[in-house]
Amino acid sequence: MVSLARARRPRNPLAAEDNVAGWVFLLPAMIIFVLFIFGPILYIFWLSFHQWSLIEPAKPFVGLDNYRTLFSGDADFNLALRNTIWFALGVVPTQTALGLLLAVLANRKLRGKTFFRTAFYFPSISSSVVISIIFLWLYSARGLINYVLIQLGFPTPRPPWLSNPRGIIDMGLGAVGIENVSVWLAGPSVALLSIMMMNIWTTMGTMMIIFLAGVQDIPNDVYEAASLDGASRRSQFFDITVPLLRPVILFVLTLGFIGTFQVFDQIFVMTSGGPAKTTITLAYLVFQEGFGNFSMGYASAIAVVLFFIILMIYLVQRRIVGETAVR
Amino acid sequence: MATITQPRTQTDTPAQVSSGSGLDATLRVVAYAVLVFVALLMFVPFAFSVATSLKTNQEAIRLSFSNMFWPSNPTFDAYRVAFEANVARWFFNSALVAAIWILGRALFDTMAGYAFARMQFPGRNLVFLLVISTMMIPGIVTIIPKFILLQEFGLLNTYGALTLPFLADAFGIFLMKQFFESIPVELEEAARIDGASRYRMFAQIILPNAMPAVTALAIFSFQGSWNAFLEPLIFISGSSPNLFTLPVGLANFRQAYYTEWPTLMAMSVITTVPLAVFFLIFQRYFVESSASSGIKG
Repeated sequence: MVSLARARRPRNPLAAEDNVAGWVFLLPAMIIFVLFIFGPILYIFWLSFHQWSLIEPAKPFVGLDNYRTLFSGDADFNLALRNTIWFALGVVPTQTALGLLLAVLANRKLRGKTFFRTAFYFPSISSSVVISIIFLWLYSARGLINYVLIQLGFPTPRPPWLSNPRGIIDMGLGAVGIENVSVWLAGPSVALLSIMMMNIWTTMGTMMIIFLAGVQDIPNDVYEAASLDGASRRSQFFDITVPLLRPVILFVLTLGFIGTFQVFDQIFVMTSGGPAKTTITLAYLVFQEGFGNFSMGYASAIAVVLFFIILMIYLVQRRIVGETAVR
Repeated sequence: MATITQPRTQTDTPAQVSSGSGLDATLRVVAYAVLVFVALLMFVPFAFSVATSLKTNQEAIRLSFSNMFWPSNPTFDAYRVAFEANVARWFFNSALVAAIWILGRALFDTMAGYAFARMQFPGRNLVFLLVISTMMIPGIVTIIPKFILLQEFGLLNTYGALTLPFLADAFGIFLMKQFFESIPVELEEAARIDGASRYRMFAQIILPNAMPAVTALAIFSFQGSWNAFLEPLIFISGSSPNLFTLPVGLANFRQAYYTEWPTLMAMSVITTVPLAVFFLIFQRYFVESSASSGIKG
């Protein structure tokens, strides 16, 4: 029966050929993927159960020891997790709000729209290393930012921005006489805040471009009807623009969280995790443990945790989008 | 999802209809003011880095209102120091690596994208799902296994390490699949009647017709390779400075001479200029892709 069915002329004469040719076409890309993506993802799990040092020949199986060390109060891991969370919570909502605001502003009959779009977008295609070096200079003691602040009569942080480990909430509370707050409440350090502001500067334009496409998809008559009904601009924004952009906002938030949880280049170039480890992030810790201390098994365990955090962000977004679609 | 071939031309569609011309005029002014302010905010750091690159070390740290964006005695000294620090070699490496990324992806991503878009074979959907799901995985997560693997292959500190892992990528495959799904099947049907095999069809009909999408792919590959940092940093050790790409060379120079601002800025300018030129020529591709997919290389 089977051979009979096969003998019949296939609907698509290429179907039989495609069974083989399909995989031939995929082969080169799949070799790269298996070696450098699929394989490595499986391999980090295996590595994370071993004590794996680049310089020691013996690489014993240690079971869950690496994870036990991580979660039983490894000071650096806690710091990195806390810094990364501060970083994400500070950067993502700000860049999303600013991106949305700019998109709404730019979405009108204005001269030079193309110019604005180009200007806003350029930082996000530039090299992260170049941007980090430029901002290192801007933030330095005799850099442009301090110069402008001094000229305008504002105080400048001491020690300067990227060398200042003081928590910003701690500073705020200190100003009103509350001292010795706990580390969690101290907030991101001035140094981390400086990198966060730079990051917002870099990504704001991308977010604007994504929002702009969304804003332009909202039909004009919706606003016309609303303004005939006497809706103010403010209520048009909150009752029409924001709800209709909900999927785009979710997308931008997800993109932002996934991006901020892997921040590495800026930390490496600008602070190497300092001062007083207040800018160590999870991605930087993977690098430091794996290639600085040669504890690749332990670093892999951190990488696995990072992998699951990003997977979780992704799944939460999928779930919310799914609910929206059902509604 | 917009297509690659025809970037959507943004028409002026004011989202808000006028409900009072006085208020409208005020809002326009506010909108302009904010946009101009933000545009300046984006522009100033780059302008300042160009100005610094033309200063001497002494002038750079003596900032004043008059020399902020133009030095009192412009000099190319910083560029001379940059070239003495081997920036030309890093530039060459970056360009070579970019060319190899582009060639690899133009071929392998296109082949894979075509297979996923047009061919029926067992396992197709599952493999596509797996490929796409890797887009969100950060490079840092897989960096240790990649390092160990390249070490086993004896490829650390070679151009192989800078190129081999990047010859195909999920975003490019996705891009090409979208493109092939958007072009008419008739092209292939004509060839099929002539009895052409898939391979001949691909080489003679598909590939020449895919050039607009391949151009977009090449642009993203260029941007990706030019800015790549984590992998080149780890796969090339500090003792092989002749293999540094521009970002790695720049980061290394910064660690050694962290107050040589004019030289650091000169290197930054040298690194940024090719990207800026590329961006100005092809900006519609960048803006379009970001608007439709939001994925940054």
